[in-house]
Amino acid sequence: MTAYQNIFTQVQVRGPYETGPALPQGDQPRTRGKTYSRLLGWIGNAQLGPIYLGWTGVASLFCGFIAIEIIGLNMWASVGWDPIEFVRQLPWLALEPPPPEQGLNILPPLNQGGWWLMAGFFLTTSIILFWIRTYNRARSLGLGTHVAWAFASAIWLYLVLGFIRPILMGSWSEAVPFGIFPHLDWTGAFSITYGNLFYNPFHALSIAFLYGSALLFAMHGATVLAVSRYGGEREIEQITDRGTAFERGALFWRWTMGFNATAESIHRWAWWFAVLCTLTGGIGILLTGTAVDNWYLWAVEHNFAPGYDTSATYVGPPLPVQDQGPLPPLPADAAGSLTPVPEDGAIIPTPEATIPEGNVPAEGTAPTTPPEQRPAPSEQAPRN
Amino acid sequence: MALLSFERKYRVRGGTLLGGDLFDFWVGPFYVGFFGVTTIFFASLGTALIIYGAAIGPTWNVWLISINPPDARYGLGLAPLKEGGLWQVITICAIGAFVSWALRQVEISRKLGMGLHVPFAFSFAIAAYVTLVVIRPVMLGAWANGFPYGIFSHLDWVSNTGYQYLNFHYNPAHMIAVSFFFTTCFALALHGSLILSAVNPGNRGTVKSPEYEDTFFRDVMGYSIGTLGIHRLGLFLALAAVFFSAVCMIISGPVWVLGWPEWWNWWLDLPIWEASSGGSNP
Repeated sequence: MTAYQNIFTQVQVRGPYETGPALPQGDQPRTRGKTYSRLLGWIGNAQLGPIYLGWTGVASLFCGFIAIEIIGLNMWASVGWDPIEFVRQLPWLALEPPPPEQGLNILPPLNQGGWWLMAGFFLTTSIILFWIRTYNRARSLGLGTHVAWAFASAIWLYLVLGFIRPILMGSWSEAVPFGIFPHLDWTGAFSITYGNLFYNPFHALSIAFLYGSALLFAMHGATVLAVSRYGGEREIEQITDRGTAFERGALFWRWTMGFNATAESIHRWAWWFAVLCTLTGGIGILLTGTAVDNWYLWAVEHNFAPGYDTSATYVGPPLPVQDQGPLPPLPADAAGSLTPVPEDGAIIPTPEATIPEGNVPAEGTAPTTPPEQRPAPSEQAPRN
Repeated sequence: MALLSFERKYRVRGGTLLGGDLFDFWVGPFYVGFFGVTTIFFASLGTALIIYGAAIGPTWNVWLISINPPDARYGLGLAPLKEGGLWQVITICAIGAFVSWALRQVEISRKLGMGLHVPFAFSFAIAAYVTLVVIRPVMLGAWANGFPYGIFSHLDWVSNTGYQYLNFHYNPAHMIAVSFFFTTCFALALHGSLILSAVNPGNRGTVKSPEYEDTFFRDVMGYSIGTLGIHRLGLFLALAAVFFSAVCMIISGPVWVLGWPEWWNWWLDLPIWEASSGGSNP
């Protein structure tokens, strides 16, 4: 049975090097190298190349190179041009956007975000040139331009983050810094600043489409591999002249969940899920700080988050308090070590160690022991 | 009803794992089978208990209904139904329903002469769920560490659990998982687009062959993985995303209890940096 799961290509057949259909008049020639990779051949095609360079491709590579250089050299300068510290601190290093006092000034001093604007300009130019390339390559081959329009959805999210929203907010300082940890810090701070992005419905949609994309690709990839013994990977044939492979694949899902896509429609589902991920994500970012200041309060207002009434004064009996004390002290050598948990697992509360038997308040009642008679925090269980 | 034009010839007996011919039939488009029966049992019981939990809870607002796990004082013991016991029974029902569903997929795969890739893939999702509500709570010593079953309450749980480690984005397995999720979405966009662009060329002529698909990707980026390879790659990317998601949770608490940003100190403290002048510490 395992022979039919088709996880790897077991016998690699090496035919003539495929150079592809001829390109129309006006296009450049493709590169001429002929390379095969046995490693790639285990998973997919063994053939590497040829590639079409063209002027948009060359210009895109050039602009991308300039952007990376500006970012990298700024990071290197930030550690005093020390090559070892550059490598050591690389994940923490940043090229920050202009500070708030520069507003939307497009010519701030270089060390006040000027380099950031320049890097952003070249990176954006590079991306847009690459978009033109995907569009032109599809047209030259007589294909639809679906790749380009899906790519445009990702560019939309990129432009919202670094260009459109900062302009609406009136300051480049709103944009994302370049850097590995710095862009993660920006993401975390962005969510906290605007009252938890999880309450942003468009963020929720975007995540649903992101997870949905993983779900769809797992379902689709698994289905096609499972019917690959019937030629299921020949999807264009299955679309234009349905065969037993996709009949079985369709019936699998029909019998499983009562509904099935077709060989073509599964790719429409795929395209829309992936495209909507960045499309809704961009809308969610665009509304944050421009239309909505605090997503949690917005959610309370719209009845989908629990509200906490802070205006009234509570006059009833003392509420049950589960005073579990402060965190236990950590072992002295814990910081920076991979194994802060003692071997006996003492930091993890065992069931007996959570709250002493007599100290559990009954449901909805006040604790019977007044606070001053309760055990000292050190005698109580650590917070989990 | 519900029979596709080509469906009748595929509706054959056999392929079941359990129950022989007893449940080997269809209801509408659905195949039943022994595991269909257990799926219905667990799913109905779990759903009924969620509705019961909502009925005895404070709200009928669908966004706010939440079935919470027991308090930490119950440790790994059973809790009274109204104090987390419902969550425990619903968790058992969920696992029962998910596993039944996967085994039913195995039976359907066998019936259709297909590989077992789909139930194998689904088992990753089940494993991730079990990691969150069973394995990690057991390792931490209390069911209280499971996540609550509610639309926004589970998001609050994600927030709170994340901030316990200061900034969850610094969790290395979380980084890998998110990267795989983004890559999966990216690859799905490319695959979906490519197939649609080959069979929907618009006013640019006839439907194109896979030779054109390969050439498009070779022209654009120098390599085309091919019609079979893209499905291997997509399945791998999606499963890796789920796998590393489970890893990033299992190491948060059982392995590492401090903030995730601090975890990276090992990199800064490697002995290989000694030759440097020191620079400015981050």
